[in-house]
Amino acid sequence: MTDATASLTTADGKPLKAALAASQARAKRKALMLVAPLFLFVVITFVIPIGQMLFQSIYNPTFSDAAPALDEWFGANPQGTVPDEAAFAALAADLKLMREERTAGAAGTRINYDVAGTRSLFTAAARRADDLAPPYREAILALNEDWGDPMIWRAMRSASSAFTPDFYLAALDMTRDEAGKIVQVEERQRVYKKLFGRTLMLSGLITVLCMLLAFPIAHLLATLPLAKSNILMILVLLPFWTSLLVRSTAWIVLLQQQGVINSALVALGIIDDQGRIAMIYNQAGTIIAMTHILLPFMVLPLYSVMRTIPPSYVRAARSLGASSWTAFRRVYLPQTLPGIAAGALLVFILAVGYYITPALVGGADGQLISNLIAFHMQKSLNWSLAAALAGLLLGGILLLYWLYDRLVGIDKMKLG
Amino acid sequence: MTTAANGEGFVVFDRVQKSYDGETLVVKDLNLSVGKGEFLTMLGPSGSGKTTCLMMLAGFETATHGEIRLGGTNINMVPPHKRGIGMVFQNYALFPHMSVGENLAFPLEVRGMGKSERETKIKRALDMVQMGSFINRRPAQLSGGQQQRIALARALVFDPELVLMDEPLGALDKQLREHMQFEIKHLHESLGITVVYVTHDQGEALTMSDRVAVFNDGRIQQLAPPEDLYERPENSFVAQFIGENNKLPGTIEELGADKALVRLANGELIDATPVNVTEKGQKTLVSIRPERVEFKPEMMPPGAHMIGAEVLEVIYMGDILRARLRVAGSDDFVMKMRNTLGQTKLSPGQSLKIGWHPQDARALDPL
Amino acid sequence: MNNLKKTMILTTALVATGFAVSAQEVNVVSWGGAYSASQVEAYNKPFTEMTGIKVNMIDADNPASPLKAQVEAGNVTGDVFDPEVSDAMRLCDEAALVAIYPDDLPSRPNGTPAIDDFVDGALRDCAVANIVWGTVIAYDTTKFPNGLPTTAADFFDLEKFPGKRGLPKNPKRTLYLALIADGVPAAEIYEKLGSAEGVEQAFAKLDTIKNDVVWWEAGAQPPQLLADGEVSMTTVYNGRIFDAMVSEGKPFDVIWDGQYMDLDMFAIPKGSPNPEAAMEYLKFATDTQRLADQAKYISYGPARKSSAALVGLYKDGKTEMGPHMPTAPNNMTNAVLDDPEFWADHDVELSEQFNAWLAG
Repeated sequence: MTDATASLTTADGKPLKAALAASQARAKRKALMLVAPLFLFVVITFVIPIGQMLFQSIYNPTFSDAAPALDEWFGANPQGTVPDEAAFAALAADLKLMREERTAGAAGTRINYDVAGTRSLFTAAARRADDLAPPYREAILALNEDWGDPMIWRAMRSASSAFTPDFYLAALDMTRDEAGKIVQVEERQRVYKKLFGRTLMLSGLITVLCMLLAFPIAHLLATLPLAKSNILMILVLLPFWTSLLVRSTAWIVLLQQQGVINSALVALGIIDDQGRIAMIYNQAGTIIAMTHILLPFMVLPLYSVMRTIPPSYVRAARSLGASSWTAFRRVYLPQTLPGIAAGALLVFILAVGYYITPALVGGADGQLISNLIAFHMQKSLNWSLAAALAGLLLGGILLLYWLYDRLVGIDKMKLG
Repeated sequence: MTTAANGEGFVVFDRVQKSYDGETLVVKDLNLSVGKGEFLTMLGPSGSGKTTCLMMLAGFETATHGEIRLGGTNINMVPPHKRGIGMVFQNYALFPHMSVGENLAFPLEVRGMGKSERETKIKRALDMVQMGSFINRRPAQLSGGQQQRIALARALVFDPELVLMDEPLGALDKQLREHMQFEIKHLHESLGITVVYVTHDQGEALTMSDRVAVFNDGRIQQLAPPEDLYERPENSFVAQFIGENNKLPGTIEELGADKALVRLANGELIDATPVNVTEKGQKTLVSIRPERVEFKPEMMPPGAHMIGAEVLEVIYMGDILRARLRVAGSDDFVMKMRNTLGQTKLSPGQSLKIGWHPQDARALDPL
Repeated sequence: MNNLKKTMILTTALVATGFAVSAQEVNVVSWGGAYSASQVEAYNKPFTEMTGIKVNMIDADNPASPLKAQVEAGNVTGDVFDPEVSDAMRLCDEAALVAIYPDDLPSRPNGTPAIDDFVDGALRDCAVANIVWGTVIAYDTTKFPNGLPTTAADFFDLEKFPGKRGLPKNPKRTLYLALIADGVPAAEIYEKLGSAEGVEQAFAKLDTIKNDVVWWEAGAQPPQLLADGEVSMTTVYNGRIFDAMVSEGKPFDVIWDGQYMDLDMFAIPKGSPNPEAAMEYLKFATDTQRLADQAKYISYGPARKSSAALVGLYKDGKTEMGPHMPTAPNNMTNAVLDDPEFWADHDVELSEQFNAWLAG
């Protein structure tokens, strides 16, 4: 009796749970196989690269791999030890190794990130490494007396451990002094924090502008008859289908000081020929161009939300005694919030990561942090710093996302 | 309860026309007067102009021509929120982001009413629809019938004198619909408000209304109390739109003041009451309700004509029996018989004579 | 004519060995556009004609990128690449390129060894320069009715020469110009830029025009900025402005004072599919006559001094190319030569300062 009550069984005596699992296994396998391609795709193209990027921001073995002897010396002697003959012997051994393996350039580049002007120190010394003979201290200082600079030894000590927070320090305009203490970089060198701030500020402004412009458009789209709204929709989506260069050229033709808008204003006598307005190659250019390109990302979620709001809500509000403004504010607007929220988040995140547009039309003060990430990816090839900057940006966005979830609720968002 | 005694009604449509495209008229020269406290239903098929009329009255559409007056004042240029008209919408239009209480408070807040007064009114309105305990729910948490009650309470909470209802029961199932019809009717009577009700469900119209305006093709075809509408339709459209109806085409053979003789296509003669026929020889469509058809000679008035019919099929429907007959060459003539204990059993193939009281056969325009 | 004949005989002799052993094609990865076209005309066609080896021209945004990618993936498909000198040096440091010895390169027709014939910095451990290109100041001649600018200092003189200025958005091609304009001799530029005071001096000079600068990023922008009237004066790559002046007939002119000279290199990656043919191609393409021939199709200067005398008319048949060469003696009087070593050491630091200065 006790056995019978323990678990339900099928008619032929199998446990019910097992029978259920067996009957659903096939369907589950099928579902898993259908999801597998997407899952793999996301893992391969998204999770792994981002993971790699974040790893690279704290892991850079270029120097530690190239200089094993120094690594050992730093391990044996704590921070603050004045480099002795043994240290210089280790350096000489590593320089010889660098010459053999042709890693002097890479190792020098790594130290150069920290202390400018040191890459050539390594390449030059490695070239003549075979001539080095004891006493190494004198021999190496004879090559170049900069080898005695405590900053270089501090930088080599930092770089000799492959895992390092130094790139995050650099991304926050900070560095270490000779004693290894964290300090701010010189004022003329501080750029990242300023650009992070500007990026957030401009992205916020662009988001607000998109919101203000997209709202009436989306409303029009949602209320016009289908034939007309389709044409309008094509106009809204047109920027998506235009190549970036064509778009940039169009903006330049329109906005530059000798451009269509300025010339029209001059012709109309609104401004005089000397007072042409600078609308491109500055912050204004960045704002105008990015608002234009990101507008559809605000229009589409708004449109999809507004289309589901029947006109009877506003009518009901009006019949209940609300003026058209009150009906909009208290009945229509709150119902579009999911669309506004989705659009705002989308536009903001995209704006934070944009770099081609600000590079082309942003001039001097329209640069964003992504332009510097691109610079370190493509020009300076300091991928670890690029990764650290990108990591900070990613962290910032996740923080905003979390805040957003706390304040608005992600479930309230509707992407259409 | 019907039209106001001294000339003009509470709501007046005066030669109102409406066109959306400048080419066709959706509402053609509409004249209608609704008395204070009256329950008037606008009934008609979709596209007949009834909803447009309601929207013009609510202020969401403007009349292309003519005047709409409320309590003697022209309201053509008055915006909807200043008309003070309560309205119940087809899909309730309860604000989804507000609770029941907030929905009801909305019309009171925009009128600048104080909190305590608001609460009293909301409570009263909710009690009126037996929904007092739902004040903190969201509309999405309510059933269709409950939402309908809340919509009703919201339209009434600010004490409007006129309430418009646009197919308010369309989304409910049959049983609930019938129950709500009763409740709405009851509220109308107890509050003494004027209701203009739009529906395409004739049963609803007949059950609830003081008067029904049957709309077709942008015009009122007939404006009459339900009983008149059913028993004395004034034209073929109304006869067919309201209730089930047999129609027999024919020609006027003789025309008297209250009696006409109609010759059917197969040469047989029947009696009818002339409604909108004017001369001998005119084509006509005679309309007879299935429940007024008789096949027992003893039930017929003296001198009434009877014509031949053949039973095609008899359907048992519980309370009634429904026989389909071939009459004057057409196969869709229906006769309804009460399912009484001694009722004669008819069987398919059987021939018989049928007839009716001349008052029940109405000679109408031939559509 | 005599020279040409000699060269042809010499080249035939040179490639004879390669002819016998090589596979029948070589893949060249270059920058595309008019530049690749000029290489096809001046190098590839005569090379195929002479040796029968087919040359495939492959375009890349920057040939150094596919080079690095191919070497790292261990699947090298290109034989000859056309990187910038800084990339060539970095890749050489990373042991991605085969060594090229100056002695292997053809001497000039009169017997001067290659090592003495190439311009400074043209011969590197793993790469050899083919052309020299300059970043120069160009201006719209219609904008200055009261006398034309002639020096780098005039570029910074907003009063005498009003109008906006175009400058590239990087420290490498802006700081030197500020120093030249401030009177620093070309030879001392890198010494100055290596010191904090020198950098400060450069930024101070740039400050005087900062509000009137339109910053450009892509080489196509400055001629367009000039043509649109957005700027009255800009720095520009000399090949681009030559096109605007000669091919499009725009009223522009060039100030060679303070030009910044860069080299473009040929390099062969380790593990290329056709190493012998690649080396033959490289030797053929960098001989005196080929380098001179290229000037017929594009206004970049040959990296060999001996080629200068052979530079003739542009392909339009009437423009004398000599004066348009960055390497013309008159154009080089105050030229700053690119120093990849310096920039490898200081680009990051100066870029950060430059970006901070821009953003401030």
